[in-house]
Amino acid sequence: MKNISPRTIIILLVLFGSLLYVLPSFHIDVWPHKKINLGLDLQGGMHLVLEVEAEKAVESTIERMRNDLRRELKTNHIKFANLDRKAFQIHLQVLGDESIDKFNKVLDDEFPEFRIASRKHNADQLSIVLDLPDSDVAEIKKKAAEQALETIRNRIDEFGVSEPDIRRQGDRRILIQLPGVKDPRRAKDLIGKTALLEFKLVDDRHSVEDAIKGKPPLGTEVLYQVAENRQTRRTTKTPYLVEKRTTLTGEYLTDARVNIDSQYNEPYVSIEFNKKGARLFERITETNVQRRLAIVLDKKIHSAPVIQERISGGEARITGSFTHEEAHDLAIVLRAGALPAPVHILEERTVGPSLGKDSIRKGVFSMIIGGILVIIFMVIYYQVAGLIADFALALNILLIAAGLAGFQATLTLPGIAGIILTIGMAVDANVLIFERIREELRVGKSPLAAVDAGYNKATLTILDANVTTLIAAVVLFQFGTGPVKGFAVTLSLGVIASLFTALIVSRQIFDSLLINRQLRSLKI
Amino acid sequence: MQFIQPDINIDFIGKRFTGFVISTTMILISLLSLLLHGGPKYGIDFAGGTVIQVKFNVPTTVKTIKETLEPIGILGASIQQYGDVTNNEYLIRADIAYKKLEGLSDQVQQALIQAISPEAASESSEIQPQSVATSEASDQTATTQTTSQEVPDDQKTQSLPAEVRRIEMVGPKVGKDLREKALLAMFFALLFITIYISGRFEFKWVVSAFMAAGMMGGVYFFKILNVSMPFLIVFALILAMILFWFLRLKYAMGAITALVHDVMITVGIFSIFDKEFTLPIVAALLTIIGYSLNDTIIVFDRIRENSRKLHRNSFDQVINKSINETLSRTILTSLTTLIVVIALFLFGGGIIHDFAFAMIIGVLIGTYSSIFVASPILLLWK
Repeated sequence: MKNISPRTIIILLVLFGSLLYVLPSFHIDVWPHKKINLGLDLQGGMHLVLEVEAEKAVESTIERMRNDLRRELKTNHIKFANLDRKAFQIHLQVLGDESIDKFNKVLDDEFPEFRIASRKHNADQLSIVLDLPDSDVAEIKKKAAEQALETIRNRIDEFGVSEPDIRRQGDRRILIQLPGVKDPRRAKDLIGKTALLEFKLVDDRHSVEDAIKGKPPLGTEVLYQVAENRQTRRTTKTPYLVEKRTTLTGEYLTDARVNIDSQYNEPYVSIEFNKKGARLFERITETNVQRRLAIVLDKKIHSAPVIQERISGGEARITGSFTHEEAHDLAIVLRAGALPAPVHILEERTVGPSLGKDSIRKGVFSMIIGGILVIIFMVIYYQVAGLIADFALALNILLIAAGLAGFQATLTLPGIAGIILTIGMAVDANVLIFERIREELRVGKSPLAAVDAGYNKATLTILDANVTTLIAAVVLFQFGTGPVKGFAVTLSLGVIASLFTALIVSRQIFDSLLINRQLRSLKI
Repeated sequence: MQFIQPDINIDFIGKRFTGFVISTTMILISLLSLLLHGGPKYGIDFAGGTVIQVKFNVPTTVKTIKETLEPIGILGASIQQYGDVTNNEYLIRADIAYKKLEGLSDQVQQALIQAISPEAASESSEIQPQSVATSEASDQTATTQTTSQEVPDDQKTQSLPAEVRRIEMVGPKVGKDLREKALLAMFFALLFITIYISGRFEFKWVVSAFMAAGMMGGVYFFKILNVSMPFLIVFALILAMILFWFLRLKYAMGAITALVHDVMITVGIFSIFDKEFTLPIVAALLTIIGYSLNDTIIVFDRIRENSRKLHRNSFDQVINKSINETLSRTILTSLTTLIVVIALFLFGGGIIHDFAFAMIIGVLIGTYSSIFVASPILLLWK
């Protein structure tokens, strides 16, 4: 050890650095504190791809504008008929010349955002179709997707999953990864719930039975209260006839909390309105004493208590036979707010924790078996040089592990396969070099010259061969999803690591053996 | 130790027509099998559908599971024993993607538990005395998780007679997207490799880059026109071959032909064994591309080196000598890679099983093709 070359220093630094990065994964807590991330297939968890039904957000915007338009027309005493929403359009007829003049003014002054899709003037009747410009529709859709993502993120944050990964995928898709989630069904319910809270007055003047049989009276609809008996798991549906008009929605909420009813020891959710909501609520309760007010969540009635007196202060409670979890989750979704549009599940992958453990065990086991066999083979075939290759191989695996921890990449099951494959292929670089050295030795060169020539000639070949594999790996990374991406990562790391170990590390070992130790012969 | 003697001289090039016949036969058999099976058998990743993996604590039969699942609306599911018989593990696969997935796994679990009770249910009630035997199933799965959460995870899985270990649902739209992405991935990998090979071996960086850019543009253009992706890729590959021929991109043509050859035969063997294509299999195919290319390039590299050194010899002799010189390395590397892939195949567990199977075929075919397919193609321009 008289002269330590720069290459030795680099090797030692890399070795030390990768040890530092690998140790935290084995519960030895040292500085970088970066553990190898396990993919959902290894640690268990849930992977969801949701699609935001953005059309619904556009429809509800246009529906709201239709209601505004109706109110505006009524206050201005404009005669109109057949005010309807068809998909993204509002159709209506305005009757009488005087009304038409007033209508044109209202349209210009109050509703400049409308685009006139078609306009037909017949005698004293105007048939008009209104819609929104395409750019506005696109904007609403984009906003809906963004807002849905934000809302879902809030809900998951409150639900308490460690290290969730939530991101947009394309225009309207949301990718959600929840590692180690214990109760996938509950998480799914929480994420997928639109959570549109509405307060609607119950119509007691008409009978529900008639409405179900025939057509519900104008301006009313039939909604159901669904109750589940917890012992028998049988559900009962109670119909209610309610006014279509929504008196108040969840958008005025400031808070929602779980409380326990002292009398029945049952959980309920207490909600708090903001100033505007509180005023609205006060007015509704004031003018509708002794009527029933239905609390509707996503078109399902939770309860329909009778209004006993005017309620001021902006507080209300949602009861229903909740379990504690249900109440807790309902409070979360109400706090996080409603989704601007419903979402549906496009893709779901749930892996239980026991399966993940199995996969790790089997993967590591086959890695050890394969590795040992290769190591034995190399020693038998190449003797001393085989030992050097084996050392390079071990270092190779260490480097991959350090790379995974350092780049915070995710190790998946195909990723383990990638490492195992790298074991096979990392040997290749050494085999190439050794075969070259053997060729040179046969020509009669001295060991030192043979090693030198062998490395020189093999280097370019090894580079070419590995760069092409790297190309395949990078393309795989670009196009792959989830587990496949994990495979691409370990394969790329493996290729780079094997370049380093074969071209630099094993070379250095040869050199120090041949130059420093003055070995005359080489067992290869 | 040495398997291959240094002075070995097998006349590979002389046997190239035998190789041609063997390769053509294998490809024809692959195509025939694909034709008979109506295309590749797509797993749920690409076709959409639902897969549920269930582990039972007591032995059960495929028939029982089938009968249990029909009432809850899972019709025509294919049910397979998974792994060892003693594992009592089954894979249930249904073609439909359930839009209402909420609670599906619970329903399945519940139905299965009820089917194999009562002894199973009473057995578990010993461990969880707080729940009545008959309502045990519903309690576990119902939203009342308070009781089950107190039980440690391990104990819980032991006490449950049936455990849903994995559920995967892919909607049909996602399946189509993934299929197209996978095809594009393979195609782009081939194009980039073309540029690299033509550049490194014949210094035709510019020509090959222009060609690849043109083809990429073409594929994107037709993709916008909604041309079916598989046809598009096949057409693009044929066009690429014609272009290689006229632009005299020898090495690229040799390498790419060998790769397409390998992938086709692997796909064909998968089809013969009626195995499914999933995302990990695509990863395996791409690795095979990388691996086979590795082999091919090492031979090509020697050919390039030797044609400078031995310019008096004929090109066939140069090629033959290069194959022989690299033969020892080719065999050794294939051997070490095969060792690990076989270890993976035997011990890696169910999910990785098919992946390893594809790799075994790929390594064997890839080694063969670098000798008998890629190199002889260089002689086409004589």
